[in-house]
Amino acid sequence: MDLFNTKNKILLKELIEVDFKLRYQGSVIGHFWSILKPIMMFSIMYAVFVRFLKFGEGIPHFAVALLLGTTVFNFFAEATGMGMSSVVNRGDLMRKISFSKPVIVLSVVANAGINFLINLAVVLIFAVINGVQFNVGIFMIPLLLLELVILVVGISFILATVFVYFRDLAPVWEVFVQLFMYATPIIYPLSMVFNMGHPKAAKLLMLNPLAQIIQDMRYFMIEHNNTPIWQILSWKYAWIPYIIPFFVLGFGIWIFNKHSKSFAEVV
Amino acid sequence: MTEEKKDVVVKIDHVSKSFKLPVESSTSLKTLLINWTKGIKGYTEQKVLKDISFEVQRGDFFGIVGRNGAGKSTLLKIISQIYTPDSGSVTVNGRLVSFIELGVGFNPELTGKENVYLNGAMLGFSVTEIDEMYDDIVEFADLKEFMNQKLKNYSSGMQVRLAFSVAIKAKGDVLVLDEILAVGDEAFQRKSNDYFMQAKRENRTIILVTHDMGAVQKYANKAIMIKDGEIFMAGSPAEIANAYSQTNFEQSQKEEENKKDNTKKEKYKPGTSVLLPKFELKAISKDILKSNEEFEFEISYKVTKDIPTGVGFSVLDLTSGGAYSIIDDGAVDHEIFKPWNNKKGQFKKIYKLPLKSFNNRDFMIVATAFTSSNLGVKGDFESIGFVGTDRGLKFYVRDDKNVFGPLLKEQGKFAKENGN
Repeated sequence: MDLFNTKNKILLKELIEVDFKLRYQGSVIGHFWSILKPIMMFSIMYAVFVRFLKFGEGIPHFAVALLLGTTVFNFFAEATGMGMSSVVNRGDLMRKISFSKPVIVLSVVANAGINFLINLAVVLIFAVINGVQFNVGIFMIPLLLLELVILVVGISFILATVFVYFRDLAPVWEVFVQLFMYATPIIYPLSMVFNMGHPKAAKLLMLNPLAQIIQDMRYFMIEHNNTPIWQILSWKYAWIPYIIPFFVLGFGIWIFNKHSKSFAEVV
Repeated sequence: MTEEKKDVVVKIDHVSKSFKLPVESSTSLKTLLINWTKGIKGYTEQKVLKDISFEVQRGDFFGIVGRNGAGKSTLLKIISQIYTPDSGSVTVNGRLVSFIELGVGFNPELTGKENVYLNGAMLGFSVTEIDEMYDDIVEFADLKEFMNQKLKNYSSGMQVRLAFSVAIKAKGDVLVLDEILAVGDEAFQRKSNDYFMQAKRENRTIILVTHDMGAVQKYANKAIMIKDGEIFMAGSPAEIANAYSQTNFEQSQKEEENKKDNTKKEKYKPGTSVLLPKFELKAISKDILKSNEEFEFEISYKVTKDIPTGVGFSVLDLTSGGAYSIIDDGAVDHEIFKPWNNKKGQFKKIYKLPLKSFNNRDFMIVATAFTSSNLGVKGDFESIGFVGTDRGLKFYVRDDKNVFGPLLKEQGKFAKENGN
């Protein structure tokens, strides 16, 4: 795969730049929205879940954990959703010009990624305000982000390919994302599942790489009381969610390359 | 690599391509499942290209012509590596820049300048390469003061000009163009004409896909004609032009015969009626002629009432679109109708048209049958039937001594110099 030759790098860069330029096109405060939007969303979540519903009461920095979880999950949902329709959306272009197809998927994921990094910065600010004490563990975050990106790119490749042939995938995936959302300890703390007497469910839940990533990030960034998978499962099983993203990416690249030659004819 | 092989820039080797055309839309899971359980394949296979082989050498201006649906666009997409052939191979030496459509990926929200860079990136140029071409592009498009405006504020003509400039100023080894010669206003057309002439002189390698035979004859040095997915003929542009006109003529005759079969059911052809059940133009001489020959044709009609009748006809220049008549003749002279006949029944006349004034172009004769109740009064006559452009009579002037450009061969004279 000559994905990263100069020609494709230039195209990728150009597409990312254009998408970024056009994201808040025509709005008065422009890219300020990238920061303002997450701040406003976070305020709402904070008010609803922490103040009124009293989720995670007694758990230190639960609010920050909540925001971090939502931010990661939003990136996952946005990137896979956009990745899915990216190839079909560029169909018109593909019928008229020959260019590297993976670049299309990567550019939209990268764009969601930029947005994600901005949100993440806002979360960090919240964390500081909330009095979170950072430790050396924070250096694990880039590795976890890499794992997240690998997972998201892999899923996007698979979805983009299948979506070219079956447009039915869009609503199906939306439902799946919703399912993922509840199958991941984002708005509820993992301890709640334990406390309600479903330790098996909690263990099963943590095999989901997204849950593993979010819990690990919380563990390293916020508080060691956010239980990562290796504390509830022995390493006999705990390695599973760490491996899944790589398989997903491998499969994604394989299926995408297998079909990308005929995208122009089918789309 | 031998010297000879090096000169082949594009090599198309036994390329075939077929498409699966879905019978019913099978892009939804439901229809797919139903079709699968019923054992329906869900598509029919259509062979679009059959075993195409040719080579384009460095410095060739290569024309690919064919009627609509002949497969030339598919071939173009295969050359451009948008489609992959089912069998056979495409080899390109060097950078191929292809323009299936102008302004692919242009974004109305970006400025002209940003669009040039985006378009360039899609064609595979680096920023420094586009920097080098940029001034040329802007100058050719004549849009210098608009480059920092958003594209949505451009007129459509300006957008096309910008896109076309990117296309022809792009520095590739091979330039592939699809019927984009006729864009822009007259001044811009002249500019692009100059550009093509220059490209031809400079021996740039260009592949041009078109159904405009005039363009191929003007610019190309080699051409192929595609018909029903096969190479019908390969040779010099002049040879191809003749074959092209000939097959088009055969095709229109075939269509006419088909129409004749249909008329048995429909009873009347367009432009005929109970009053005028038959109205035909028929060539007597051949239809591809030299300048010193005459085009001879017969006008015949049948009228079912005893009324004064006559036919006026016009010669149209099809090459320029046939919008205006170049010669009018027949039963109407200076707006006064002079009938040919006053009785019912069959009537025919033969007409000879000398061609010495015409250059190599395509022509068509259309006719209208008239009657009048106030004979001799200027402008007082009405149409009772016609032979329109759908079944007009076509003929072609093709003479080696002629050129393809202007309609007429006549030229004026410069006055003798007599001081200032």
